[in-house]
Formats: sequence, C-alpha cells, structure tokens
Amino acid sequence: MALNLKELASRPERFSAGHRACAGCGFPLVIKMVLGSIKEPIVAACATGCMEVTSTIFPYTAWEIPFIHNAFENSAATMSGVEAAYQSLKRQGKIDKDIRFVAFGGDGGTYDIGFQSLSGAMERGHNMVYVCYDNGAYMNTGVQRSSATPRGSHTTTTPAGKVGKGKQQYRKDLALIMAAHGIPYVAQASVGDLVDLARKAEKAFNVDGPAFLNVLTPCRLGWNVPADSVRDIAKEATDACFWPLFEVENGKWKVNYKPKNKIAMDDWMKQQGRFKHLFAPGNEDIRREIQEEVDRQWEALLKRAEEA
Amino acid sequence: MSVVAKKHRIALTGNEAVAQAMRQIHPDVVAAYPITPQTEIVQIFSSFVSDGLVHTEYVPVESEHSAMSATVGAAAAGARSMTATSANGLALMWEILYIASGSRLPIVMPVVNRALSGPINIHCDHSDTMGARDSGWIHLYSENAQEAYDNMIQAVRIAEHPDVKLPVMVCMDGFIISHGMENVELLDDKVVSDFVGSYKIDHPLLDIDNPITFGPLDLQDFYFEHKRAQAEAMVRAKNVILQIGEEYAKLTGTKYELFETYRLDDAEVAIVVIGSTAGTAKVQIDKLRSQGIKAGMLKVRVFRPFPYEEIKQALSHVSAIAVLDRADSFSSIGGPLFSETRAAMYDAEKRPLITNYVYGLGGRDINLAMIEKVYQDLLEIKDTGKLKQYVNYLGVRE
Ligand SMILES: Cc1ncc(C[n+]2csc(CCOP(=O)(O)OP(=O)(O)O)c2C)c(N)n1
Repeated sequence: MALNLKELASRPERFSAGHRACAGCGFPLVIKMVLGSIKEPIVAACATGCMEVTSTIFPYTAWEIPFIHNAFENSAATMSGVEAAYQSLKRQGKIDKDIRFVAFGGDGGTYDIGFQSLSGAMERGHNMVYVCYDNGAYMNTGVQRSSATPRGSHTTTTPAGKVGKGKQQYRKDLALIMAAHGIPYVAQASVGDLVDLARKAEKAFNVDGPAFLNVLTPCRLGWNVPADSVRDIAKEATDACFWPLFEVENGKWKVNYKPKNKIAMDDWMKQQGRFKHLFAPGNEDIRREIQEEVDRQWEALLKRAEEA
Repeated sequence: MSVVAKKHRIALTGNEAVAQAMRQIHPDVVAAYPITPQTEIVQIFSSFVSDGLVHTEYVPVESEHSAMSATVGAAAAGARSMTATSANGLALMWEILYIASGSRLPIVMPVVNRALSGPINIHCDHSDTMGARDSGWIHLYSENAQEAYDNMIQAVRIAEHPDVKLPVMVCMDGFIISHGMENVELLDDKVVSDFVGSYKIDHPLLDIDNPITFGPLDLQDFYFEHKRAQAEAMVRAKNVILQIGEEYAKLTGTKYELFETYRLDDAEVAIVVIGSTAGTAKVQIDKLRSQGIKAGMLKVRVFRPFPYEEIKQALSHVSAIAVLDRADSFSSIGGPLFSETRAAMYDAEKRPLITNYVYGLGGRDINLAMIEKVYQDLLEIKDTGKLKQYVNYLGVRE
C-alpha cells in the first residue's frame, strides 16, 4: 500500500513532542516523515545545528530511537562508522536485526563544511540515507549565508545595505552533485509535500547502498515569514520552479511535479523579508536575472528527465 | 617470575609490529587514512582484511577528520574500533579527539610521531602528540618496536577498563621505530585475544531496544559535572595502567610501569626522556658509569595521566636534571615534558636543579656525543650549584 498521511499518523512516534524548535519550524516534520516512512528500526545521526541543539538538551531528548551527534561537519562520516560497526557485528553474528541508518544535516553542515564527509560516505557506498534539511542559511548561529542561500537573499553575512544587495551568488545545486556520485537514489523533496517526502524517504531506505534527500525546510526567522506560512512558502517554492520535486533512481531522472500555473519568482520572493530589499527601485535587473536562472535550471532539469 | 605465554621472535619494523598487534586484537572496525610514516600500518592492515585474516570492517575514509569521526561512530555503536595516524593527520582530527574522550569512548590509536607542519617535514619529533596532550586521551610512549607492540595490546584493556573508559594513543617515533627493523617477540594470537577479551560498552547505539541519545547538547547545568567525571577517570587510569602492566608481565615476563628508570637509584645527574632517545641514552650512561660518573635516566612511558608523584619520588635524590623535549611548546619556557617535570619537582624536599633541552625537531639526529654534552653540562650545574639557563637547544645551528 502506498504511504499516506493516515498511515503515517498511525505509526509509533519516533520523534517526540517537547523539543525546542521554534513554532512553525519545518524540520520536526522532516524528521517525523523520514523516521515514520519505514517500520524497521532506525539509528539516526545529526550534525550540529538547529536540529541538534533543539532536540537533545541534556538530560532531555526528543529522539525515541538511538541517536548520535558528533560534530558539525561529520554527520555522514559518523554514520558511516555506525553502519560499518553494524556490518561487522552482523557478519560476526552478534546482531541479527535489520537496522537502517539515517544522517541528518542542515545546509551548512551538508553543502559547506560537511561536504567532503558526505561525498566520502556516499562514494564508499555505505548503506545509509543522508537527509539535508535545507533552510538556506546557517540558522543556528544567526542566519549567515551558506552555499545553499539563494541569490539576493539577505543574511547576516550578506546583509542588504546601501551597496550590498544580499547574497551575490546562486545556490549550489547539491542534488545534481550527489546524483553525479552515481549512488542508487537521489531526490529533492519539501515540507510543502509531506506525502511525497515520506514516500521518497521510504524508497531511500529500501535501496541497496547510499541515498541522498535534499528537503526544502523554510525557516520562519531566517526567511522572515509568518510562523504559520512555512509549508505554504515551501509549496510555492515548488510552484515557482525554484525547488522542483524530482528523483534520480539509478541514474534515471524523473520530475515528480510540474506546476500547471508557474508562480513568478517575484511573487514568491515578495512574501519573504529576506528578499525585501530586492523590491526597492533599481534592483529590477537582479530580480530578472534570478527569474532567468530559475527558468534555465528548470529547463535543464526537464531535459535531464526527458533524456532519461 | 614464571612466564606462561610462548613468544615468537621475528624481525619486524615498528609499523609491522603494530599492524600485527592490530590483527591479533582483531578490532571490529578500523577507519583510517594514510600519512607518512604511519602509512604502512593501514596498508598492512588492509592486506589482513583482504586476505580474510580479520573480520574487521575497514573504512577507507577520505580524511583523518572522517577517520576519527567514523571511529567515534563505530565505537559508540558497540564495536571495538581503531584508527592510526601521524602529525598533520592528528592535527586534522583535533576537534574529534576531544569528542572521543569527552564521550568516554575507549578507542585505541597508534600515532607514529612526526613533526607538525610548517614547514612540512615527514620525520620524527613529538610536536604532534604533545600538541594533543590536553585532549583527554591517555598517552603511552614507546622506546622501540617491542614496546609499541606491547603498549598496543595493553592499551585495549586500559581504554576499556570500567574505571577508565578513555581513548588511548600509542605513540612511537616516526622512521626511527616505525621503519627500523628489530627483533620483536610476538605472542600467540590466542593469548592476545584472551588477554584483550571482548568489547563491551554500557549503552551501545545499536541496542535498538534501549535507545539512547549520544552526544547531546550539554549546557551550564551539566557540562562541568561531565568534565569533572572525565578528569577523575584520568586520575583512576594510573592504577589501571599499573594493574594491566602487572597482568601483562605475568604473560610475558616484561613489566610495564608508568616510567622506566635506568641506573637512577644512586644517580647524581639524570636526564628525563621520551621515546627512542632512551635507547641511545642507555649506551651513553653505561659509558659514563664506566668512567665513574653517576649518570641515570628516567624514561616516561605514560605522559597522560602524568605520574607527577612517582616522578618526584624517583628524582628527588638527584642533584641536577636535564629534561629532553622532542617538541617545543613556544611558551618561551621550554618544552612540555620540562614544564610537567619541573612542576612535579616543586614539592620535593630538596629541589634539584632542572634544565631543559629541546632536541631532534623535524628528525634531527641525536647521538651519543650530544647526550654526553648534556651530562657534562649537568655535572657543571651540580658542581657550581647554578643553572645557566632553563632552555637549551641541542644540535641546532644557532
Ligand atoms: C567546526 C565548527 N565550525 C562552526 C561551528 C558553529 N556552528 C554551529 S551550527 C552552525 C550553523 C549550522 O547551519 P546549518 O548546517 O545550515 O543548520 P541550521 O542551524 O540552519 O539548522 C555553525 C556555523 C561549529 N559548531 N563547528
């Protein structure tokens, strides 16, 4: 039976209430969907960042499953050690259970400082899922830019000022890079579509080898949006083709959703405080270029999916 | 003493001896990355894996940072886990060294001592492990390949002892020991596996029926208590190291303690050293003794925990002491072994005069003549009752 919200809601909670994430934060949903997507036992790791500091304040924990946090840049390497231990102990007959492994990281811990550790773990072929909750900046330390921050976004290290127009560079296409690792499963998902996310997580856990999920997870503080709008903003990111939902199974690209009415980037950006300065007179060119880049990337994605 | 275990005497380099110890310890997971002069250890161990001689899961990580990270993950999961490194590799692990010890994971890591960059240099000094001296790891140093082998086997028991639960570095001098061929006596595989026993930690991550959260955020209300407990474990480690040393002696006939003394009992002048230099010094001491000079030596095996009380007792009858450091701390008051030894002697009833020699950086040779010079200086200090300076640099062009 295909996963649905009713089924997901009926499964035992693996991430409890009472964590200290902000009201409206997206990543608790990511954790719940990912951990709820399969019934087999899961061991989880997480990089330093908002997810870790809000869910494991000693002596409390929100994790109802075995969980390990090591440092900021090594969630993937740490989980590769856990998985190696499992392989070894299983081979020796010291463990007989079928256990699955997932490593989480924010975009800072994944695109930037943890990029090498992630690439290494994926290349070595550990049987693990890596989930990046991409909120587009280093939120835990107060909204600094990352290589996932979109062009034009105000952050505290790319502040909009008299001359500065926010981040100058486009975001790095991490899912494409992970697909280039030739691993069995790569997908992009979003808190805007929870069933799609859970379905992708289920697939990721069930492939033989490493899998990577990049999940758009808006941050109400960093994006400067109302707390109750996080899922809508995420959904509209997909309708604007800024954050397409796709998957790459054994090298085969598939776009999961094609918006009937594509939303203009202007309409998506103007709801978010982080892009406010772009709507001041004189910044029309930047907005036009952002739209052109999103269109170019979308076309490129459709082409990859067509050719496959 | 009756020696029970049969030994096999074969010619091995230090790296080969350590790799053999690892094969016999049979860790569940090894995650490692090559760096001169440690490289052979990972190569030889990989061939053991490839030949099916061990059941170890070998993780050929993409960096030392990931080597230590994966080793932490594996040890927390419930697997006996090891890695190995040198110099820059150890420096790259730095952040995770503290996480390993703070998480009380009994990881054992051979470190083949090499000078830290820069400038880049591949030869022996102790700047790498000395830099990590406050990382919460137990540090065992070796004089030769035999000691490196014996230390490896004891390290497993020390690290995993319930009173300790701390990671251990087994240090040996790069090239001098790692690549020098010596006769080494190996124990039977079975003897080693019986000695080390099986790996158990209290709350392994893979015990999915009893889930725990490992590595939580630990704030003002608990962090300090955890650090206090860690400090106490390091205090307790001393007795455990001695206990395991005695147990090992029953097996092999060789007793390992916190340090070794050489002709120290009636010495008037003495040096304090670490590592392979002790071997050279022993030859020089014999020469001096034949000339009627009362020369002696204390060779430190355990640098962390630092055996300050025992060192104080062993050295308090000596008039003048030279501490030889194969690392500079750039504190302007000498190397790390000097600081520790001098602090240990502060409480001695009759405080000896203590001077420091920084030597051998970047693999600079140390020979008998240089050690003789140190003893000549010490005799002068003893006779005049005066130190000329605290810090001397030995064997350098000024
Ligand atoms: C080696 C290291 N450098 C810097 C930090 C400080 N730091 C902790 S979390 C963080 C940002 C995390 O950002 P991200 O991965 O995007 O996750 P988020 O906080 O947004 O959830 C930074 C810079 C650290 N803990 N370790």
